[in-house]
Amino acid sequence: MITDKEIKEKDYSILNLGPTHPATHGIFQNVLKMDGEIIMEAEPTVGYIHRAFEKLAERRPYNQITPITDRLNYCSSPINNMGWHMTVEKLAGIEIPKRVQYLRVIIMELARIADHLVCNSVIGVDTGAMTGFLYVFQEREKIYEIYEEICGARLTTNVGRIGGLERDFSETCWKKLEKFMNELPGVLKEFENLLMRNRIFMDRTIGCGPIAAERALQYGFTGPNLRAAGVDYDVRVMNPYSSYEEFDFIIPVGTNGDTYDRFMVRQQEMWESLSIMKQAIEKVKQIKDKVYHADVPDFYLPPKEVVYSSMEALIYHFKIVMGETVIPKGEVYHAVEGGNGELGFYLISDGGRTPYRLHFRRPCFIYYQAYPEMIKGSMLSDAILTMSSMNVIAGELDA
Amino acid sequence: MTTTDTTLLTTIHEKLKTQFGDAIISAEQHYDFPVFVVSREKAHDILQFLKENADTQFQFLTTMCTLHFPDNEGQEFGIMYQLHNMPKNWRIRIKTFFSKNDTSIPTVTDLFPTANWMERQEYDFFGIQFKGHPDLRRILNMDEMNYHPMRKEYALEDDTRTDKNDKMFGR
Repeated sequence: MITDKEIKEKDYSILNLGPTHPATHGIFQNVLKMDGEIIMEAEPTVGYIHRAFEKLAERRPYNQITPITDRLNYCSSPINNMGWHMTVEKLAGIEIPKRVQYLRVIIMELARIADHLVCNSVIGVDTGAMTGFLYVFQEREKIYEIYEEICGARLTTNVGRIGGLERDFSETCWKKLEKFMNELPGVLKEFENLLMRNRIFMDRTIGCGPIAAERALQYGFTGPNLRAAGVDYDVRVMNPYSSYEEFDFIIPVGTNGDTYDRFMVRQQEMWESLSIMKQAIEKVKQIKDKVYHADVPDFYLPPKEVVYSSMEALIYHFKIVMGETVIPKGEVYHAVEGGNGELGFYLISDGGRTPYRLHFRRPCFIYYQAYPEMIKGSMLSDAILTMSSMNVIAGELDA
Repeated sequence: MTTTDTTLLTTIHEKLKTQFGDAIISAEQHYDFPVFVVSREKAHDILQFLKENADTQFQFLTTMCTLHFPDNEGQEFGIMYQLHNMPKNWRIRIKTFFSKNDTSIPTVTDLFPTANWMERQEYDFFGIQFKGHPDLRRILNMDEMNYHPMRKEYALEDDTRTDKNDKMFGR
């Protein structure tokens, strides 16, 4: 005998959206119960690329955790990187020189622009507009070239050190930065012309995957996704770090919390980031002293060429690499405004060479659980758009 | 920014003390965070009070995670909740500890929907049983796994290896 429940189940068709669907970045599985083309229920499964970062961190000395953080949100890895170093600096009580703080701001805003460029252009792709994607990826390429100048890597940057930066910005780097900042506004304008008032784009995105402010807060949303719903929460303003309190910028907010608002908030944030970078460069120019790290030999890993030529540096290098530097006991939480929201590091140190416990507050992991609710009752194509506009980054979701 | 301002700590502590008495085990300032250790039995009520009380209004659960101290007899496991009152920009941390023999704690998903996946993660990695959780199963590891890998007894490297001698390196 067939029960009522079974009949009800039979009415729906089951659709696996992902994990090998191009729009699901290869790792998000969503089992959708469909009534025709309407999504009745969704169940996300995550964990396909889980790499045990928190466990790994318990075996690694503090300076070796940087590469782990790079792989969290790999679209804007320098932000994670800086966030981690600031956490350790807070614990160790290290005062960072102003110039280094401004340089960090430049790097972090650059990363935010890269992150938002990818997200917004992918929203375009998912509505069928490939052009914008191709335009702005050239800009992202320029950002990656700047990263390359700063640290030698492009995607998994290892920019920071505990106590400052690995090296100063080179002349070429400043030139590339200037070129990028001169050219970005034009490209952004063009990109906005392409999509912002585009009839198809607006029809597809307005009212797509909305979430109300109250619900977003209950689900622990932060970053552009929360701001699109109308809450002006930004870690850079609420709990300033790295001298963000000295910069003039506004927090763009939306009203409906739908895909269009998320797109617009990110778009405006890029303009704000650009303005922050301009101010930071001005501030850096005013400081004559070319310092790029704090004077903390106990924590700051010295450059290789100095290690080879100076006894002092060799000793400190050895101490740091062997994990003999004492990071004080204590527990600390530090949050930065990542590309997707509040990225927090909760760290317990027992005075040993590795953290006793390290917990990452990964914004993607926290807000992705709202996804079934956001796409309920919408069309399949809207579910794809909602996912790309939420900017779920696999590395952060599954850490 | 490290602040040593402890006014928030004392205000919240007094409030909790009058409401819950002995359930508040300690109150300390850790860098810029007031930290309260509370008893497990009252943890849920305390979080509910902090969320709903008109003066505190900690309505945003920033994060939560499990702490494991195998040497701390009788209190091997702990849960840390971090709350945020966004309009006033107050942040506090609530911790509660319990024994490894009974790793169950009431869920807070009824207060904060966002705790759903967070609790599933802690169950997955530490085996904490959240009583009343609507859907407590593994989230990042595979379902067939029969242990909880973040516990301290599972070393990341194979301890039986003999080709590495770390004695001289203070490890």
